[in-house]
Amino acid sequence: MLKYGLTALAALILALIVYFFVRLVGEAGPAFSKAGLFGFTFGNGWNVSAERFGALPLLVGTLVTSALALLIGVPVAVAGAIYATELCPLRLRTPLTVLVELLAAVPSVVYGLWGIFFLAPKLQGAEQWLADRLSFVPFIGGGLVTIPNYFITGLILAIMILPIVSAISREVMSTVPSDQKEAALGLGATRWEMIRTAVLPYCRSGIVGGAMLGLGRAIGETIAVTILIGDAPQLGRHLFGQGYSLAAVIANEFGEAQGLHRSALFAAGLVLFVLTLLVNGVARMLVARSARPTQSPLAAATLLTDTAAGA
Amino acid sequence: MTPTRSSARVADVSSEGHPRLGRHDWRSPAPAPEPPAGARPGSASGGDAAVENRPGLSVRLEQLRAFYGDAEQLRGVDLEFRPNEVTAIIGPSGCGKSTLIRCINRMHEEIPNARAEGRVMLDDLDVYGPSVDVVAVRRAIGMVFQRPNPFPTMSIFDNVAAGLRLTARRNGDLRPKVEAALRSAGLWGEVSDRLGKPGAGLSGGQQQRLCIARSLAVDPEVILMDEPCSALDPIATLKIEELIADLKTRITIVIVTHNMQQAARVADRTAFMLDGRLIEVGPTQEIFTNPADLRTEEYVTGKFG
Amino acid sequence: MSARGATTDPLARFAVSSARRRRDRIARGTILSATLIALVPLVLIIYYLLHRGLGSWSSSLFTTDPTGNTFFKSSSIGGIKSAILGTLEIVALASAISIPIGIGVAVWLVEYGRASRFAHTVRFFVDVLTGVPSIVFGLFIYIVLIVGTGSTYAGYKGAFALALLMLPVVIRSAEVVLVLVPAALRESALALGAPRWRMISSVVLPTALAGMVTGVLLAIARAAGETAPLLFTAGATLKTSSNLGQFMNSLPVQIYSDVTSPTTAVEHRAWGAALTLVVMILIVNLIARLVSRRSRLA
Repeated sequence: MLKYGLTALAALILALIVYFFVRLVGEAGPAFSKAGLFGFTFGNGWNVSAERFGALPLLVGTLVTSALALLIGVPVAVAGAIYATELCPLRLRTPLTVLVELLAAVPSVVYGLWGIFFLAPKLQGAEQWLADRLSFVPFIGGGLVTIPNYFITGLILAIMILPIVSAISREVMSTVPSDQKEAALGLGATRWEMIRTAVLPYCRSGIVGGAMLGLGRAIGETIAVTILIGDAPQLGRHLFGQGYSLAAVIANEFGEAQGLHRSALFAAGLVLFVLTLLVNGVARMLVARSARPTQSPLAAATLLTDTAAGA
Repeated sequence: MTPTRSSARVADVSSEGHPRLGRHDWRSPAPAPEPPAGARPGSASGGDAAVENRPGLSVRLEQLRAFYGDAEQLRGVDLEFRPNEVTAIIGPSGCGKSTLIRCINRMHEEIPNARAEGRVMLDDLDVYGPSVDVVAVRRAIGMVFQRPNPFPTMSIFDNVAAGLRLTARRNGDLRPKVEAALRSAGLWGEVSDRLGKPGAGLSGGQQQRLCIARSLAVDPEVILMDEPCSALDPIATLKIEELIADLKTRITIVIVTHNMQQAARVADRTAFMLDGRLIEVGPTQEIFTNPADLRTEEYVTGKFG
Repeated sequence: MSARGATTDPLARFAVSSARRRRDRIARGTILSATLIALVPLVLIIYYLLHRGLGSWSSSLFTTDPTGNTFFKSSSIGGIKSAILGTLEIVALASAISIPIGIGVAVWLVEYGRASRFAHTVRFFVDVLTGVPSIVFGLFIYIVLIVGTGSTYAGYKGAFALALLMLPVVIRSAEVVLVLVPAALRESALALGAPRWRMISSVVLPTALAGMVTGVLLAIARAAGETAPLLFTAGATLKTSSNLGQFMNSLPVQIYSDVTSPTTAVEHRAWGAALTLVVMILIVNLIARLVSRRSRLA
């Protein structure tokens, strides 16, 4: 009896997901049929009053901020993981891990709050300095730095993806067999040479996978981005200007949206959904290839909550 | 790990002359050289072999103690490994034989909370001395592990070159050294046509010889082998044993084994350990046929272990 | 070794070059500084949360509803009582939905589905759910429960969105724990003649309990902090309500709306609400950690 009940439950979950997806496509239909799949996704211009919906500014905002998050977050996260697994004194390891995991416990909206009221005003001067110095680089420097902008959004996203990327890197690095490390040390490698020859090559695909999961999370991140990106429905002129993202447009406009506008927001949701699906698919493949099944239930659950795309 | 060293002792040993300086008349600084008899008479008898090959260095343990946390695993061992001899360490599981050789190249201290006390004299240098660089120690004293552990992401060539790359500037210099190491490990003929293939694709025995080649490539003075054949089949084991016999002409070899036949086949001298103590050491033949200690006799005749 | 000349040092040939030593030091230094950099935002966030949040905590913050008035002094904007209670109610309902279903599916995956193709399909879809942005869960529920029924926002709809979000976490973390239950335990129960459901209820589930509780608590902690799925499912409102069929306020949504319409007083309240939310989440996290220590598995 139990068996059939549970099988039905599993089947129900499956049916539900498929149903959601089909309905989402259905709701997004009008927006797609007006501009065409390509025209909607890559059209430049999001004008609600003119009922013209091209998601390019949103897509660019999502990608620019996520890429920035990876660029800043991944090296720091991986370095932290190396430090925790290979360099730090044993009794510091657990506290360090717990501290980094604390970052994951902070809700998205609190990052938004902290970012907009503390970080963004504090960094505005430095950003302006940077923008002036980089004024010769198109799309990056020059122009006036606004408080909400792509850069600050990417920076906050970097902090937000730090725990996952770090946790997965740590998990993967802890799978490096000690005989691999001893082989390197036995050849007379310094600690860093040991990390470079035995640890990093062994974990490369796992770390890349972790970074991809971080990317997936950054792409899907909603509230902090909505607060920090400025919600300006156009392509930002430069890195320190305001923009919009796929997730932010939904959070910001869905409440008042009607008709075609609402359909366009569903369509933006669909693009976002597909994008995260692709990124996460690749990521999971890479991580699964290099990580052994997690041993401790706590670690497993932490990884799962950390990797679930955030809001 | 003892902070104080007796400089008198250093002077003492140095005064006996250094193998590097007297290439042709190397001799062990050991006080009482025994006839290098054993399973392979002649092969370690100095003379010809030493003329052709640079001798290895001796390793002498002095009151070596090792701990895991508070548990004492080695309880004060004095033992000498002579140059150009193969010394086997036998004893029941947990007697401390692996710990002992891991102390020699200071690999023991890589284990969290593990530490060692006493002295390990490489020739006349205490490797636990305060100004000694552990990285250099490990380069001088190579190690072959229980399970073959080639780097899985590297090709056969890169595996052998891994140690060389740490110090070499250009890749071009590596090839002859890699080839020489593979030849010394008796693997060249089997892999010369597929050096670019992953090392993990070789058979277990080949992988272990690859690991030996990897250690040989950096030209160490001593090689420690921690049950190198325990994961191999008899034919692969035989090849490794032949290899050991070849290598001892230029390298000091210490091999831990739980296989007494293996000790009898490859070792010039054999040491028997029990409960973290050295019970007896002597020419292999003597240990197996006429041991001085009753416990050694019981072990080698299979009464326990 | 200084007493000895270079020629007699047996390690001379193996000495580490100063370039290598320097490279090692630089690499280690870089790694350590990056690690410290990673901790900077954490310290700053915690400091500001405590600094600003504690300053805004008062008994009236916890005992009054927001008034919707944002233009006057803090005395008139009201507190966050409805938001705290709303979060508790919504998360409680979301847990009540997702925990039994999630654990049920996990038990099915481990005990019945195992390596079957159907089980793999289910796992795949659960993994897909894990990666779905939380705002998309809000859209799913909006389509089904609001467009589909032609009605408006309600607390229980927000709970459904959160439940959907918790579900994959509960399923996969429970699955990981259930797999760890030793096969010998199962076999000994079956060998005693127990039917499979007895074996599951009296051997497998009790053994895996602590681990599953950990996973569930972490799922709850995550759901409690979510804003996006609630925006157009539970809505935002002012009044405290115990009726899950009506609009319902919640802490994250309250903070979000306070951030987007900021006057100093409202910002002040947002920090107080943020600290409250973080403390609630940390308590759940802490309990999860304590429970996991008592786990009998791994």
